[in-house]
Amino acid sequence: MLDLVNAIKNVLVPRELEEQVDRSPKSTGSFNYDAWGYNPDTAKISLALFKQLYDHYFRVEARGLEHVPKQGRALIIANHSGQLPMDGILIGVAMATNPDGPRMARAMVERFFPTVPFVGNLLNQAGAVIGDPQNCRRMLQSEEAVIVFPEGIRGSGKLYKDRYQLQRFGNGFMHIAMATETPIIPVGVVGCEETMPAIANIKPLAELLAIPYFPLAIPAFLPAKVILNFGEPMMFDQSVESEEAVTARVEQVKDVIRGLIEKGLQERERVFL
Amino acid sequence: MTQSRLCVLVTGAAGSLAGAIIRRLKPHCDIVAVDFRKRVDLEHEIPSYKVDFNKRGFEDVFRNHDIDAVIHIGRVSTEESNLTGRYNANVLGTQRLLKLALKYDIRQVVVLSTFFVYGANAQNPSLLTEDAPLKASGLTLDMVDSVELENLCNIYMWKHPNLHITILRPCHIAGPGVRNTISRLLSSRIAPVLLGFSPLMQFLHVEDMAGAVVLAFEKNQPGIYNVAPHDWITYQDALLACDCTRFPLISIPPIIPEQVTKIFNWKSFPSHLLNYFKYPVIIDGSLFVKTFGFEPRFGLKDIFEHYREGKRSLV
Repeated sequence: MLDLVNAIKNVLVPRELEEQVDRSPKSTGSFNYDAWGYNPDTAKISLALFKQLYDHYFRVEARGLEHVPKQGRALIIANHSGQLPMDGILIGVAMATNPDGPRMARAMVERFFPTVPFVGNLLNQAGAVIGDPQNCRRMLQSEEAVIVFPEGIRGSGKLYKDRYQLQRFGNGFMHIAMATETPIIPVGVVGCEETMPAIANIKPLAELLAIPYFPLAIPAFLPAKVILNFGEPMMFDQSVESEEAVTARVEQVKDVIRGLIEKGLQERERVFL
Repeated sequence: MTQSRLCVLVTGAAGSLAGAIIRRLKPHCDIVAVDFRKRVDLEHEIPSYKVDFNKRGFEDVFRNHDIDAVIHIGRVSTEESNLTGRYNANVLGTQRLLKLALKYDIRQVVVLSTFFVYGANAQNPSLLTEDAPLKASGLTLDMVDSVELENLCNIYMWKHPNLHITILRPCHIAGPGVRNTISRLLSSRIAPVLLGFSPLMQFLHVEDMAGAVVLAFEKNQPGIYNVAPHDWITYQDALLACDCTRFPLISIPPIIPEQVTKIFNWKSFPSHLLNYFKYPVIIDGSLFVKTFGFEPRFGLKDIFEHYREGKRSLV
């Protein structure tokens, strides 16, 4: 298997991309896995494949990447959309190929992904982990950049008619940012809402399959143009005395993301072409 | 004046881990070996008994030897008994042992538990610390005895602080002589895997685990400790590293692999452990490292080389 992975890697991964990943090393063991299952070889192959989609299918424009710290802990907080975590993947590709300093970010994914055959393992090996606060804290303590979607499934599973309407943000990310003294980099994602527009959620089917939602949508990604706007870092100290105060800070971040989404919508000339 | 040698009772003496522990302790401790399976033939100066902890005769071991400490490794496995039998032996038997430890003023008990108590849950975070909830019994009744054994030890730890209890929760133990589930899989030429799942795992060489138990005994710092190296590999890569051919089983819906393992009575791939071949249970061994200065001598490659060598020698 390791030989096969190496062979695929040699064919698919350009040297430049490989060097970019190597500039963002993780604490891996003797078989090249870290404690969350990240494997640099799988990550390189995934990155090479998704870079093609990033460049040629979604024609992603990423702006403000200079705001992402070149090293040290960072929480990348973005709006969530598109039924499947393509937004997380595209933010990950943007950061991994950032000319200002590539970083292999760790995306926090929905808790049901590990139960999906192949997908759970692949996500782990590419750097994603389940969205658990302990995982997030540990990774920040290891000076990782962690991508979090505080809307969770409320954002990814929303219907097309609700596009670009931010859903409720959980407060967890703010508590972690304050406790670990981590800068928050807000990101406004535009375009992923149109990659897989859903007109309904078939709840009985979702319950039957034990998944959070089952969208009535075209089972393929549409070639919507994607714009990622990275905002300036936001720092929050620990001087809060109530959960209301934490919520107010979360709303501050949400407002910035709302602004970045508006900016992206204005910059976008066409939805698909 | 010479310091008197401590007398240590080692349970589960027939196992390879106990054997490695006895070899390490023998130069400076007197050993009493017991096992529920058989009377183990050890060197003539080591008294060895076949005992059932729940029988009255077990107390004779304490009456006849001036025991200072107990290293409790012995456990009845899922292959050796049913749920009730395991509960009686592992939980009630351990309760009897702890009662006798109190009665005979024993100062220290080191208990071997397992990382299995955390339970293989899809939502487990990585690097579980000792204060993580023990979910195993909620996932399968077959793990109830393992969790209850720990609960029992915790009660004694709290109620009888003078009896120093150290609970060790190691990751997979593997290497020469080990006959547990994972070791049998790594030894085999063909090993089952669940299609689409290859959980991350941790392995500790049996000699390193013996070293960890001896450290816990010598340094006597009561508490609960995970024991695991800072190294990881997926199950399927571990099989390949041991020259095993993988035999994929359809993994969803879960009833399919459950029924297949039951029909074929796969002892090395039992249905109640299937989730451990699906979801990772990665433990954080840093507290044990920090408290006891533990450093494994054998790496993953050393462990897997043992299984590769075993297969080469059969050709």
